[in-house]
Amino acid sequence: MIALLRRDLALAIRAGGGFGLGLAFFLILCILVPFGVGPDSGTLAKIAPGILWVGALLACLLSLDRIFQLDFEDGTLDLLATAPLPLEAVATTKALAHWITTGLPLTLAAAPLGQLLNLPAAAMPALVLGLALGTPALSVIGTFGAALTVGLKRGGLLISLLVLPLYMPTLLFGADAARRGAEGLETTTPLLLMTGISAASLALLPFATAAALRMNLR
Amino acid sequence: MEFSAQNLACRRGDAVVLSEVTFAVSQGEALILRGPNGSGKTTLLRCLAGLTPAVSGSLSFSPDDVAYAAHADGLKAQLTVAETLRFWAQVFGTRRIEAALDAFDLRGLMERRTQTLSAGQKRRLSLARLILTGRTLWALDEPTVSLDTSAVAQFAAAVRTHLAGGGAAIIATHIDLGLRDAATLDIGQFRATQSVAHDPFLDEALS
Amino acid sequence: MSIWKYANPTQFMRTSAWLLPGLSVLAALCVATGLVWGFFFTPDDFRQGSTVKIIYLHVPSALMAINAWLMMLVASLIWLIRRHHVSALAAKAAAPVGLVMTVIALATGAIWGEPMWGTYWAWDPRLTSFLILFLFYLGYIALWQAIETQDTAADLTSVLCLVGSVFALLSRYAVNFWNQGLHQGTSVPVATGERSVADVFFVPLVFSMVGFGLLFVALVLLRTRTEIRSRRLHALLARERAADTRVAPNTPPSESPTS
Repeated sequence: MIALLRRDLALAIRAGGGFGLGLAFFLILCILVPFGVGPDSGTLAKIAPGILWVGALLACLLSLDRIFQLDFEDGTLDLLATAPLPLEAVATTKALAHWITTGLPLTLAAAPLGQLLNLPAAAMPALVLGLALGTPALSVIGTFGAALTVGLKRGGLLISLLVLPLYMPTLLFGADAARRGAEGLETTTPLLLMTGISAASLALLPFATAAALRMNLR
Repeated sequence: MEFSAQNLACRRGDAVVLSEVTFAVSQGEALILRGPNGSGKTTLLRCLAGLTPAVSGSLSFSPDDVAYAAHADGLKAQLTVAETLRFWAQVFGTRRIEAALDAFDLRGLMERRTQTLSAGQKRRLSLARLILTGRTLWALDEPTVSLDTSAVAQFAAAVRTHLAGGGAAIIATHIDLGLRDAATLDIGQFRATQSVAHDPFLDEALS
Repeated sequence: MSIWKYANPTQFMRTSAWLLPGLSVLAALCVATGLVWGFFFTPDDFRQGSTVKIIYLHVPSALMAINAWLMMLVASLIWLIRRHHVSALAAKAAAPVGLVMTVIALATGAIWGEPMWGTYWAWDPRLTSFLILFLFYLGYIALWQAIETQDTAADLTSVLCLVGSVFALLSRYAVNFWNQGLHQGTSVPVATGERSVADVFFVPLVFSMVGFGLLFVALVLLRTRTEIRSRRLHALLARERAADTRVAPNTPPSESPTS
């Protein structure tokens, strides 16, 4: 598993697009929103939690179809499936690699971008903590979507349709935590609920992902 | 140990393409699969490797005995030769990348990225992976594609070494590898017949 | 005989052919009775006026929108566990029906909401849940359409249906947490045995709900029959192709004589 993780990270760094693309997209989205809604700082502060979370979600979505597609096309996935490593472990490792290249940089970038959107300082801990706890779920769920569509030519569009409804609960609790933080309310409940979703997804979804991969390789 | 299949039926997509496949390979032996394009060589090899579950029939070995080499090389353009081999060695829990490098004469290419290799060199790298798997039965799909004469000889030597070490091999190929006493199996004879390709949606149409 | 004999396509075709006409007539009668009675022979509500009568479309379609997904979930499980083709095809057949029911529920809800709440749409938990259900239906149908190998498509959509059900349920409770909402409580709470709808409105509503249920079953049977016929056609075509190629490749001499 560690070997696979290291290989995936090396590929993401050397091929480009892994680290950079999602992050750049997130940045551009956060810069574009003020142009759309106007520079009024009160309005921006109000919608900032939602923008940051939706932006993180879309940035995550951007690199999902690469998780298995490249390995499927060049035959590596066949070889991994015949290797002693169970596909469940492959699925978990792929999700972890996706999180390190996408979720983690997004979490780190959220604080400065929050400043850009005039997010109240009180909301910052809930936002960053929420992203740190919630983005793993986004990667795990996304990996499942990628496994469903791996054999398809036009999988990229379909993956958004399949994955976005599954992202709903995470988005809802995550943005809610940040919003409550901004209003000075208790943020523990939504954060805990979201952590529950992340933990349950991480524990259970790799089995569904591996099953979908096996079905696709047949 | 003997690797054998009894009345194996394999599917490709929704259709059963092979049926009644029966063969046996002992340790130290090689079996050459022949048959025209589309006759099901790849289907059979994928079935042996456990990628496609068999529709019916039985195998005397588990997919964990099989090292599968597909048509595609399965290489990453951004990794070097040494990194690729080390990665697969770790996945398979072996440490013998030197043997693999020597068998396919890859020492001089160790630090080259895969994208800078020629097609034949890539092929050699992907075949070198087989040695790292440490598995007994090699299931190879057209292994000699884009190899030149000397590389084919290298490959044949690697197969012979593997056989001499108690391994076995099932190889789909059209060229003569010069493997003495390798049995040949014509896949064409196993093409699934209608009666075997049982389709629940044809029940009424058949009755 | 066990219930599984109906999982055989031939048996299913025979039984459904026998069931379908009666079921369709019964469904039409129930829906017509419920709607005509509800629309023309019930008094106007003293507060809501005649707008309340949309309930005879809204409630049954909402009910069937959820039940259709439940039916797909059960059918998917049966396919994954017992590999009965009819089950997978029934799930495939139910999805568009469920989608239409969801759209009817959303549309009638919006039309009803405008005079009552002064808005066509509000991000109320129930409304939002239905919108999410709508997206799940879309994704499920799109995945079926996208995959060419039929058995693989059945496998993958079943897995999606399973995972989707868990997340749909999760979303259902998540939106409660998020917004308390305008929507009234359940019209027909089963558990408490009490009703928030008076008898004059309730009897035609029951007719309408039963009618929609029967309509759903009839539509799914009809669509499953179509799917089975289409699969049979594909199987026949494949066999014909196989028969054609069997004659051809044996004529040229084999390029590699067996040693």
